[in-house]
Order: sequence, then structure tokens, then C-alpha cells
Amino acid sequence: MASTAGTLDSPVKQIQIEGMVVLKIIKHYQEEGQGSEVVQGVLLGLVVEDRLEITNCFPFPQHTEDDADFDEVQYQMEMMRSLRHVNIDHLHVGWYQSTYYGSFVSRALLDSQFSYQHAIEESVVLIYDPIKTGQGSLSLKAYRLTPKLMEICKEKDFTPEGLKKANIGFEHMFEEVPIVIRNSHLINVLMWELEDKSTVADKHELLNLSSSNHLEKSLQLLMDRVDDMSQDIVKFNTYSRNLSKQQQQKHQYLQRRQQENAQRQSRGEPQLPEEDINKMFKPPQPPPRMDTLLIAGQVNNYCQNVKEFTSQNLGKLFMAEALQGHN
Amino acid sequence: MSVFGPVVKIHPVVLASICDSYERRNEGASRVIGTLLGTIDKHSIEVTNCFSVPHNESEDEVAVDMEFAKNMYELHKRVSPTEVIIGWYATGFDITEHSVLIHEYYSREATNPIHLTADTALQSGKMNIRAYVRLAHLSVLCLKNSEGISECQYVFYSAQMGVPGKTVGVMFTPLSVKYIYYDTERIGVDLLQRTRMTPGRTKGLTSDLSQVAGSASRVQDMLTTVLAYIEDVLSGKVTADNSVGRFLMDLVNKVPTISAEDFENMLNSNINDLLMVTYLSNLTQAQIALNEKLVLL
Repeated sequence: MASTAGTLDSPVKQIQIEGMVVLKIIKHYQEEGQGSEVVQGVLLGLVVEDRLEITNCFPFPQHTEDDADFDEVQYQMEMMRSLRHVNIDHLHVGWYQSTYYGSFVSRALLDSQFSYQHAIEESVVLIYDPIKTGQGSLSLKAYRLTPKLMEICKEKDFTPEGLKKANIGFEHMFEEVPIVIRNSHLINVLMWELEDKSTVADKHELLNLSSSNHLEKSLQLLMDRVDDMSQDIVKFNTYSRNLSKQQQQKHQYLQRRQQENAQRQSRGEPQLPEEDINKMFKPPQPPPRMDTLLIAGQVNNYCQNVKEFTSQNLGKLFMAEALQGHN
Repeated sequence: MSVFGPVVKIHPVVLASICDSYERRNEGASRVIGTLLGTIDKHSIEVTNCFSVPHNESEDEVAVDMEFAKNMYELHKRVSPTEVIIGWYATGFDITEHSVLIHEYYSREATNPIHLTADTALQSGKMNIRAYVRLAHLSVLCLKNSEGISECQYVFYSAQMGVPGKTVGVMFTPLSVKYIYYDTERIGVDLLQRTRMTPGRTKGLTSDLSQVAGSASRVQDMLTTVLAYIEDVLSGKVTADNSVGRFLMDLVNKVPTISAEDFENMLNSNINDLLMVTYLSNLTQAQIALNEKLVLL
């Protein structure tokens, strides 16, 4: 679903994040995200050559009340104004979102990212996966929409013909940008201090052998998506069948018309007027293909995650075997 | 020195924010101050968030933008309604007279606020992070010497003593500071720790088997240290310590003794599960790719 940024000609080739931003995102999810779907927030920073530097972020409140829209814009404006007073970069460069087992390819994400990328060309969306992080390694990925997808979103032409023209597959929807974490010297000093004063972590989550729970959940989600996809495919098939049937009917009608006209000509009667066929045979509504693309992208994402997980676990199992062998 | 009062538990994100705001301070400002947010418990105070507040400090006066502080607190409250103002922080080594004034301000916002100092200028070679709480008002008995300059001679507890104290003083008592992490935070901090090693202070995010390899090598390092210690004890260089010996016994016993056959079975069934899932996901990916191509024909 993601192609490396090196091959595409995008304005952003690498993302550089401050350590503090990472900690803030983790904390936001930990405190406010339990149970609910996603937590979101805004990223602030600046663009340096072909790098996007993210230097700060602030979270969004949850959409609990009805006047969510009005609240959001005002909240954002106030936040940015206040941050400007304390010399924090107030340039919007993107947004972040947490995800549940990797299910983030949705219409909402696409719309938001499109509006961001339209306004600010270099913006990215950071996807933070708390469950994967809890398993031992920080999972933070940055995505942008490919230029092709931007074109399509602008046109809003989601019919099959439109997509075929653009020749876009689910692999070319998002591009992943590599992330690098950077810490200033002062923060490094802080890290030394922390290491000194804190206890050694006694949980090595990464070497945990239990896998069935996580696999089950992922496969469940994968199955749901595949079901959605098959439904979508059925819809598309009925549409194409209807379309072809209608073509046939039109053809037949035209033929009959011509025959009758020929007959009338031979009898010397006035010809029947040419009726507008299009009004009689209304073409069926072509189903929007955007959802299919999104579902395909999501399925692909799930598969990638599952494969990564299984390869890690295989490694761990072989290690356990080696350990047992010495017993 | 006995510990007085509650324990202060700090999350690393707070300290990182403080360092960051110190780096971004205005020209000429020698220190930064800000508000601390968190939750209060019976025996501990947990500091989970903070934001910096613009202020001006000169020789004789100090001005803090309290309007700003109130505003920011409102905004933060909308995101996390459980956080309250529990105190304030300042960078720098010592507590100055201005700190007392600022502490007064904050007493109006929160009951018994704590004051956190972080020595970002590294005056003592390390970054000292300390937390203080204000003890009850103390009366200071001032004696004037012949030049008419007052000198503080004695410090008492106030109120009931009714000492005709001239000036009321404030004493800051240090509290013990602990760093606590959520699990995911711990993992994040571990990653950040690794930026210390590289010259550009940068670190990319690794994936897949390389992470498992990294973790395994860390465990290996730890085992090497333990082995070296055991060698030393055996050759008599280091005297044996019983408690360490007990830990070692625990360690060796932790590897469960399962018959080779049972272990083979378990291993094989697990591997089969994982391989099957990998095969299925590859199949699904091929399927959707095919579907894509067919539709776009």
C-alpha cells in the first residue's frame, strides 16, 4: 500500500521528529484513548530543505459534544496563538492519529489528509499504533497521499472510468515517509539523568512468546474487511451485468426502430420520430470505486502487519528452541 | 534527612517539555517558568503535563502573564479533564526571592502547590531535578545590629508562638522525586535513549527481525555480565554474595524443564500456526492485486 518515497518525486523525503513529540503522542493515547476509537492531534514544525521537522504537537479534545466543529477551529486558533507567545513553531505541518490493530485506511482519513495536503503541500499524517508499541517496539509511521490520488480527490471523480484513466491501484494510494528521531544535546543530558535514576525495566515485552491473542484479533479484522470487499465486488458485478443488459436492450430497440421505419417508408407513411433513447433507457448508477480502493488498501495493510508479526514470532520461537536445547 | 510529605512522581514527557521551553526562551531571559498539571493522590503527586508561561524577570520585579496561564489551562482541560494545576516549575539551580512571589500566585490557583526546579544550565555538572513544597509560614526573628541591617537569626514555626516576628518567611522543603513511566512510555524512552550514541543525535525506527535481534543482543550482554561476575567469584577475586546467589538460582530455574518430545510438539504446532497465517495473508494480498488488475482492464 505504501511505496518508498525515494522513487516518487515528493517535496518531503524524510521526517525528523523531536523526542518530546513522541513522548507527548504516547502520553495522549495512554491517558485519553483507552477504549475509544482514535485520538487525534495536530503536528507543528517547519520544513527544512527536503526534510520535514516536527518540533511540537498538541492534542485535540474528543468529539463528545454536538458543537464539535465550532469548538475545533476555535480551540486550534487559541492553542496556536498561545504557543506563539512561548516561541513554539506555530506552523501546521500535519496531524497524528492512533489506530487499532492497523485499521486506519478509511474515508475520514483520506478526506482529512486531502484537505491538509491541499492547503499545505508538505503535510503528513502520523499513525501511532499503541498495541504494537506495547509489544516492544515503537510503531510510528508517516504517510502522505500520492500525487495521483490527490488528482483524483480534486476531481471527485470516483467512477470506474475515472480511476481507470488515472491507473491507480491500492498500492499507489499512500506513500510512506521514513522517520528519524532527533534529540537536542539538552535532552540527551536528560536521558542520561533518567537512566541513572530510574530502575531497569524488568519487562522485555519484545521477547514475549505468546502470540495467539494478537493473531486472533488481526485475523478477525482481516476477515471482516475481506467480507466487505466481497460485497463490494458483488455490487460491481451486478452493475456491469446491468450495464451490458441495458446496452443490449438499447441495441434491440434501435434495430426495431430502424426496421419499423424501413417498413413505413415502404408503405409511404410518415416516419416515427427519433426518440431520445437515453431518456428511455436510463443508464444504471456506476458504483463509486473509492471504497473498494480503500478496502483493498486496508486489507493490504492488515496482511503486512500480520506478516511482520509472524516473522518476529518465528524468530523468537527459534531462539526459545536454542535455549531449550542447552538444557 | 527524613522525607516529608508526599512523593512526587514525574513523567518524562514533563521534563522533555521543560528542556524544550528552556531552549526556546526569549533573548535575555535567564530562566523559564511554567505550570505543572497532574493528579493528586493521598501519598503522591503525579505530574503528567506542563506548559510554559511567558514572564519577565528583572532585578527588582517579576511579572507573570496569569491571563495566559489561565487560558492555557482551560484549553488543556478540554483534552484531559482529570488534570489539575498542582504547581509550577522553573529552570535554574537556586530558589530566588522572585520564586516566592510566583509561588504566592500559584497558591491562589491550587492548594499547596509544589515547585519543581530543573537545572538546565547544568551548574553542578548534572541536571538536578528537585521538587519543593512550602512549609507553613515561618516567623523569622530578626535582630538588627548596629548598622540597622536586619539579620535572620532564628527560624521558628509560626502561629501559636505569637512571636513578634518582623517578617514572615517561607521555607521550601525538598520532596523526594521519582520517575514513573507507562509501559508504552518506557518503550518510547528506550528508543530515545539510543539517540545518545549516534553522532548526529538521530535514530531511525527499525522494524521486523532486526528489533528481535537487538533485544536478543541486549539480553546476551546482560548474561555476559552475569557470567563475568560468576567467573570472578569462582576464581576467588570477588567474595560471594548470598542474595546474588539466590537470584542466580531463580534465573536458572526459570527455564522450564519440559521433555524434549513435548517441547518439539509445542514448537512445531506454533510454527505451523504462524506459517499458515503467513501463507493466508500472502494469498489475500495476491488476490486483491489480481482483483485490481481485472477491474482496471
